[in-house]
Amino acid sequence: MRVAIVTFPGSNCDADAVHAFGTVLGASVWTIWHSSDDLSRSGQAPDAVVIPGGFSYGDYLRCGALAAHSPVMGAVRAFADAGGPVIGICNGFQVLTEARLLPGQLARNAELEFRCQDVHLRVERADLPFTRLARVGQVLRLPIAHAEGRYYADAETLARLDGDGRVVFRYVDAAGERTAPANVNGSVDAIAGIVNERGNVLGMMPHPERAVEAQLGGGLEDGRVVLGSILCA
Amino acid sequence: MPDDLRAHAATFGLTPQEFDAVVHKVGRQPNALEAAMFGALWSEHCGYKNSKPLLRKLPTAGPQVIQGPGENAGVVDIGEGWAVAFKMESHNHPSAVEPVQGAATGVGGILRDIFAMGARPFATLNALRFGELGEERNRYLLSGVVHGIAMYGNAIGVPTVGGEVEVNPCFAENPLVNVMALGLLRHDALQKGTVGLPGNRLFYVGSKTGRDGLGGAVFASADLSGSSSSDRPAVQVGDPFMEKLLLEACLEAYAAGLVAGVQDMGAAGLTSSVGEMAHRAGFGVDFHVDKVPTREDGMTPLEILLSESQERMVVSAAPGREAELLALLARWELDAVEVATVAEHGRFKVFERGELKADIPVAALNEPPEYVREGVEDPRVSAARGRDLGDLPDVADPGAALLALLASPTVASKRPIYRQFDHQVMTNTVVVPGAADAAVLRVKGTDLGVAATVDCNSRYVYLDPELGAAHAVAEAARNLSCVGALPLAVTDNLNFGNPTNPGVYYQLERAVAGLARACLALDTPVTGGNVSLYNEYAAPEGRRAIHPTPTVGMVGVLRDVSRRATSGLKRRGDVVVLVGRTAGTLGASEYLYRLHGLEAGAPPPLDLVEEAKVQAVVRGLIADGLCDTAHDTSQGGLAVALAEMALAGSPAVLGLRVDLGAGASAAELLFGEAGARVVLALEEAAVAEALARCAAVGIPGKMIGTVDGRTFEVRAAGKTLTLGSEALRTAHEGTFGVALGVQSG
Repeated sequence: MRVAIVTFPGSNCDADAVHAFGTVLGASVWTIWHSSDDLSRSGQAPDAVVIPGGFSYGDYLRCGALAAHSPVMGAVRAFADAGGPVIGICNGFQVLTEARLLPGQLARNAELEFRCQDVHLRVERADLPFTRLARVGQVLRLPIAHAEGRYYADAETLARLDGDGRVVFRYVDAAGERTAPANVNGSVDAIAGIVNERGNVLGMMPHPERAVEAQLGGGLEDGRVVLGSILCA
Repeated sequence: MPDDLRAHAATFGLTPQEFDAVVHKVGRQPNALEAAMFGALWSEHCGYKNSKPLLRKLPTAGPQVIQGPGENAGVVDIGEGWAVAFKMESHNHPSAVEPVQGAATGVGGILRDIFAMGARPFATLNALRFGELGEERNRYLLSGVVHGIAMYGNAIGVPTVGGEVEVNPCFAENPLVNVMALGLLRHDALQKGTVGLPGNRLFYVGSKTGRDGLGGAVFASADLSGSSSSDRPAVQVGDPFMEKLLLEACLEAYAAGLVAGVQDMGAAGLTSSVGEMAHRAGFGVDFHVDKVPTREDGMTPLEILLSESQERMVVSAAPGREAELLALLARWELDAVEVATVAEHGRFKVFERGELKADIPVAALNEPPEYVREGVEDPRVSAARGRDLGDLPDVADPGAALLALLASPTVASKRPIYRQFDHQVMTNTVVVPGAADAAVLRVKGTDLGVAATVDCNSRYVYLDPELGAAHAVAEAARNLSCVGALPLAVTDNLNFGNPTNPGVYYQLERAVAGLARACLALDTPVTGGNVSLYNEYAAPEGRRAIHPTPTVGMVGVLRDVSRRATSGLKRRGDVVVLVGRTAGTLGASEYLYRLHGLEAGAPPPLDLVEEAKVQAVVRGLIADGLCDTAHDTSQGGLAVALAEMALAGSPAVLGLRVDLGAGASAAELLFGEAGARVVLALEEAAVAEALARCAAVGIPGKMIGTVDGRTFEVRAAGKTLTLGSEALRTAHEGTFGVALGVQSG
């Protein structure tokens, strides 16, 4: 498997994604600078594209708004239109909504503060390139690290997302139940991750790439479910 | 009008006598620009004129030291060709005036010091001190400082992995914000803050120069007074995005061999960075001030040379590689302009459109006068230390006392703070905030771990500066040992009052002596640091110094990061073992302060030989895989330490049954404080070995209880303290959630 990881000025989880996909999970990985409109390396196209976390262009405007208009996003759009799997994590999710590859918006957390902690997610779809190693209803434990992760969409969009089964992850408690405290950033319908209509573009706020090695502080490895699903295509 | 200049020497931060010294060194009357350059570099912040004679007493050498004091940061060897660059710096005065930007730019500044050494920054810690949290202004400062650290650290993508918070009324007007940063580098990647050789060309890289932060070094070295809120333009504004670009561009340029020397622009801006780089090289510079990119029109040479605008570096290009360097920087969309040429003449010559505006000897600029003063202890302090505590009643309700101590800001859970910090980015954080006495980071591709902590009990230092400072070093080393790391070296941040006050100078002198004694005994040389003087506040009797606070930042190494310990209890049936003496003392204790409102008595005695032995035994047990649970006993004594171990239990809170015996009062046994003391929880099979190792080196070690269910029960001197886990948690978790106005979810 070949994975291209997009680096914008201000991306800061690109190296973590390289480490997780490459060093830990053994994929062939490379980074693509934002000014490039070509995702391939040595003439080889990637099998998957990652838009990593961070603060693209400083996020001084709306998060992800500038990145959505960078040259590389044209190539990402073309890759997605051709059916290639694209995962946007944290700032990457914000970039995908700003680029209108995914509907909705990520607003400031309900408590108006940055949150770095572990959360529980319920898997709502297990037939996607990102979740095929999971089962529906499975509870994953993954870290979050964001100040703008409160998913918002209008009622019509939400109904469509729900009706089409495009909500992939929801914030739940350890038992898999939706509760107010478990919805850590106040997202509408406790939405933590969604896909596009075709099911090949995923945006999620939690960081699966930070949870592939039990050695690290959280002791979490559930990120392997998401990253491993992408790689076992 | 040179004669007028002397009368206005204070404008430049110089005394009339210092002005005369400038005249002598330059060989003529300086002009205003030259006087201002001297004033900035001779400020305490840059020149250490009051502290340097004392700082020379600190041990700075050791086989582990790759770079000692005098560079942008210290560097220690951690093995396998890897090294850690680390340093701590204060942003106290800026944070008092504008807490968000003051703290944010503190983070930005210390990170630049780290990557100026050729290291990739990979963690920060912070040591914060505020007034009591019942007052709204103190909560505003706390919230702002936390927000500022989060804003900068999270955005640039360097994890904030640990820290400490103290609360005392003496810090209300003048909070302390000390930030420590660590970076990782290969030995051969080390960079130096030098201009290199004559003919080398110096490039200005990064943000444009504005009028912000003008005179900051002088500002930092002046006491805060009623006029400080009008000093707002002296506080700079941070741009972590720009710094991220600078960081990546610099590391790429070093790797490509394009850089002969590099330094960030910190206090006193271009004057200090270029002046210090030239001084280290022993050469001079022809500096063209009109080439500097400015943010606004009409800036004078003085404004440009002293501006403290953030996110700027000076790079001396490797000769012949200038074009490549510029191309690389352009790819990162950074402003880069050639501003100076290195010259044999040994002078700092400033030209504006070809006209010579300043011409001063580099050496003189970097050799400020040194002051050795006479210190005299404030009789109020000796009286407080000598107060007889024998008349205090023993603790009546130990359970209530423990809950009060757990809620004390010094002890209380800092989760509402650290959950605002990205502590996991870079995916190296093995021990996260709140889990142990020190943070631990792995070094990818090796078995190595790096541990770091920041420590100071300012009440100890206030009541006995020598002993208190030695305690700060001992506790920092103990914290590292409790995760299994061998302590390697220290960066210190000396936060004191006005040194011309004999009582303050006494504190400074004695505290440095205490640091020196403990650093020698524990083999942790000092590789650098920062001095922040003039930290004081208005008291009814006049200006009064803050509690003297020599914050100790310490770095340690784990040869095998998988062999480590955290403080939370892990298994029912584990045996609780105390290494070190059981009873502590109540002088200067958190118990005395929170339960009796007293800052009095002598801090606990400290036997550094015993301290070293206790720590070595603890490290050995962890390294040999015999122990994975260890916690040092600091503020609040054994009862607080045991409660913290229960609360940090994983995966859930666990209970304890412990008997501390008799032989002292219940208050001393439960809440007395002491050095050279660590609590372990061991599997039963390892207990005999642990006790034998204690006996073999002649230190006390004994079983005091077991890990057992969910009840927390501690007996001492015939009294029994019993509390449920919910009561413990509520007391421990509430304080900062309330102070920051958020739910503790």
